[in-house]
Amino acid sequence: MASTDLKQHIEEIEKRAHEYELDFFDVVFEVIDFEEMNMLASYSGFPVRYTHWRFGMEYEKISKSYSYGLHKIYEMVINNDPAYAYLLKGNTDIDQKLVIAHVYAHSDFFKNNFWFSVTNRKMLNEMANHAVKISRYIDKYGYEEVEGFVDICLSIEDLIDIHSPFIKRQFAVKSFLEEDEDGRKPISKLRSPNEYLEDYINPPDFIEWQRKKSEDEKIKKEKFPESPKRDVLFFLVENAELEEWQRDVLSMIREESYYYAPQMQTRIMNEGWAAYWHSKILTEKIVTDTEIIDYADHHAGTLAGRAGSINPYKLGMELFRDIEDRWNKGKFGKEYEECNDIEAKRKWEVKLGLGRDKIFEVRRLYNDVTFIDEFLTEDFCREHKLFTYAYNRSTNMYEIESRDFKKIKEKLLFLLTNCGRPIIEVIDGNYMNRGELYLAHKHEGVELKLDWAKDVLKHMFKLWRRPVHLETVIDGKVRVFTADGGKKGKEVEIESFLVR
Amino acid sequence: MSLRIEQDWGRFREIVRGKIKQNLRRYIVRSELIGKKGKDLVSIPVPQIEIPHFVHALERSGGVGQGDGDLGTPVGIGEHEGDRHAGNQPGEHILEVEITLEELARILGEELELPNIEPRGKKNIKSFSGKYSDIHTAGPESLRHAKRTFKEALKRQIISGSYDNVDPVIIPVTEDKRYKAREPVEQPAFNTVVIYMMDVSGSMGSEQKEIVRVESFWIDSWLRYQYKDIETKYIVHDAVAREVDRDTFFRVRESGGTIISSAYKLFRKIIDERYPHEEWNVYAFHFSDGDNWSRDDTHECIEILEESLLSWINLFCYGQVESPYGSGQFYYDLEDHLGEKENLVLSKIPNKDAVYDSIKKFLAKGR
Repeated sequence: MASTDLKQHIEEIEKRAHEYELDFFDVVFEVIDFEEMNMLASYSGFPVRYTHWRFGMEYEKISKSYSYGLHKIYEMVINNDPAYAYLLKGNTDIDQKLVIAHVYAHSDFFKNNFWFSVTNRKMLNEMANHAVKISRYIDKYGYEEVEGFVDICLSIEDLIDIHSPFIKRQFAVKSFLEEDEDGRKPISKLRSPNEYLEDYINPPDFIEWQRKKSEDEKIKKEKFPESPKRDVLFFLVENAELEEWQRDVLSMIREESYYYAPQMQTRIMNEGWAAYWHSKILTEKIVTDTEIIDYADHHAGTLAGRAGSINPYKLGMELFRDIEDRWNKGKFGKEYEECNDIEAKRKWEVKLGLGRDKIFEVRRLYNDVTFIDEFLTEDFCREHKLFTYAYNRSTNMYEIESRDFKKIKEKLLFLLTNCGRPIIEVIDGNYMNRGELYLAHKHEGVELKLDWAKDVLKHMFKLWRRPVHLETVIDGKVRVFTADGGKKGKEVEIESFLVR
Repeated sequence: MSLRIEQDWGRFREIVRGKIKQNLRRYIVRSELIGKKGKDLVSIPVPQIEIPHFVHALERSGGVGQGDGDLGTPVGIGEHEGDRHAGNQPGEHILEVEITLEELARILGEELELPNIEPRGKKNIKSFSGKYSDIHTAGPESLRHAKRTFKEALKRQIISGSYDNVDPVIIPVTEDKRYKAREPVEQPAFNTVVIYMMDVSGSMGSEQKEIVRVESFWIDSWLRYQYKDIETKYIVHDAVAREVDRDTFFRVRESGGTIISSAYKLFRKIIDERYPHEEWNVYAFHFSDGDNWSRDDTHECIEILEESLLSWINLFCYGQVESPYGSGQFYYDLEDHLGEKENLVLSKIPNKDAVYDSIKKFLAKGR
């Protein structure tokens, strides 16, 4: 695919990347024109995906914004082994070099970052399989039918537990105390030497309390699911009354969600890492004198920020550089933190030289949340002029609200937690013993967007085929919304009532 | 690599077309629709088909940014920019779909089941008033064009060699004579003027004005679709009325009392002076919170309407927006006194969602 010149660039940059100890999957480069690029971008990099209008919607957006010169996709790489990378035909030489280096760094990140460790590395094939299956279902059940079902699934596609692939579940340890027929544990009593001491050794209150506890446990055991489940999709796949093909579609969509989740979780790190390395490799080893201006121009373009928002490339790259610098100079730890002399802190240098090792460690173990939590420092915020902004009702403008480190960090972490999505759990799959589904929103200070939440509930009703309840907090009060079939022949209705 | 996307793209666009129709109700209240580009192409930010998810109600919660600026420095306009959060958020998807205003008006018409406006009888008369801007070779002496005639004579004499530089005497003959002639100017058969009036007294807040803005935009689009040439005039009033340009109409914030008759008087004056109602289709839209200064003035308004305006106007629409301060009495006064008039339409617009029904009510008569 690639021309001879390009092949040379690829070979050279690959060699350099290895020298820097980047460790990546093999990368297959394809050079494609902008139409193909736009199309692939709509399918988020996969040449074959199932058919659905939302990819058309992406295409509309991407191709329009390309043709109006709003933005251009230079490169794309997918997490797969081997990694597939697409380069835009007609990029200048220096652009190609930059994006090639960028791609290698991404591939290194995909391969080594812990959060990607459980992603399917043959996703290219898997996506194609999904496409085939869905097209078969379409043949069998009709376009409208399948599309409509996919629409419903997409509305809950993000109800997965992004940490679940890593949770090691202990096998239930069977209690040595045998349960009686009712499933209750026998109440333990101490042996009393004399009858008259019985009430003192085994006070009736305590016995009663134990009995109650055991009753409670029994009730708990009958609960379904036993504990709240964040992987709502899995719960539905397992327990919803679906046709087999529907179950299959739902589980495919769940699988794709799990595939994409780490990319959402590591956006700042991943882009930062790639920007760090393309800049390092190019400026240290690749760029010729004649190319330096164009390189700088492109690089600056990548890192440019709009007022009032954060560019993940820039934030990530600067943080990696900051970490490298701090660990090189030993600007961390108790001694450094407790030093009160600003001048001394600024000039701090203990020649530790651990910077490079540290950033490789960071890229292996962290995700955006832990990355920001651990490495965003007050100095960094000041130096890079971070701020929080808030809405001012009287001017209808967003205005800079604070440059306080704590607030900035808090806000960033909030925006990143669970990829910025609310946490929804399945509490009960047999609510009121009527087979109804009871969900709860873990309220953490921000309310749900209600109109959407209601629509999602309606969709879930169609999946669950029994009433679906959602508990959430509105204006400080716990409310339950219920999607019910309504009266016969009527549309799904939403009712809400106050709980407490 | 085949362009597999064609199928999905086509499907999406089909849905969008249907989407526009079904969700027009929600759509109409989105002020982003107003954005004229070029001549009649309007670029409308169409929300993408948003698949609902469980999300945080983050609309106005702010985020984290980077750059210079003191506390309080604006970083973005509320409705648009700020929806993008600190890089990690995908941001609101705004999709530009290009539709001509005409197409949009047609869709609106279909959606609202608006009847096409029937031309009134008298407007079929085409007028042939003309200007003396043409030149003919024959005509009455009184209309002889001396300069052109002289030029023709000069040309003829130079060509035939009878012109003498030293003694330039020009004598026109019959063939040289040129006469001014009347050129028939076809007046556009239906001239239409639309006058928008808005109460800008203290009680009209920005929300109320937003409603007026959205509603008048759509009315304007529909009328423009029906009539090729259309003139629009804008009047704002509190205790006094004045004519303003479009821009001012939507921006101005006055305060003070409300004397509605001032606007109607100015309206009548504009029509009398510039748009004689024998020759023009006149549409008037008046928006107010219905809290007139005094009963006397209300009576005066009714009088003006009854005695002059309603006798010749195509349509007089009164839209009453709800305001926490206004009594809204004016609506009822009009209803009581003039409720039977065919060309008077009254409508209440309590909130943005009601704009849809209000437009329907205003334009459903097809007059």
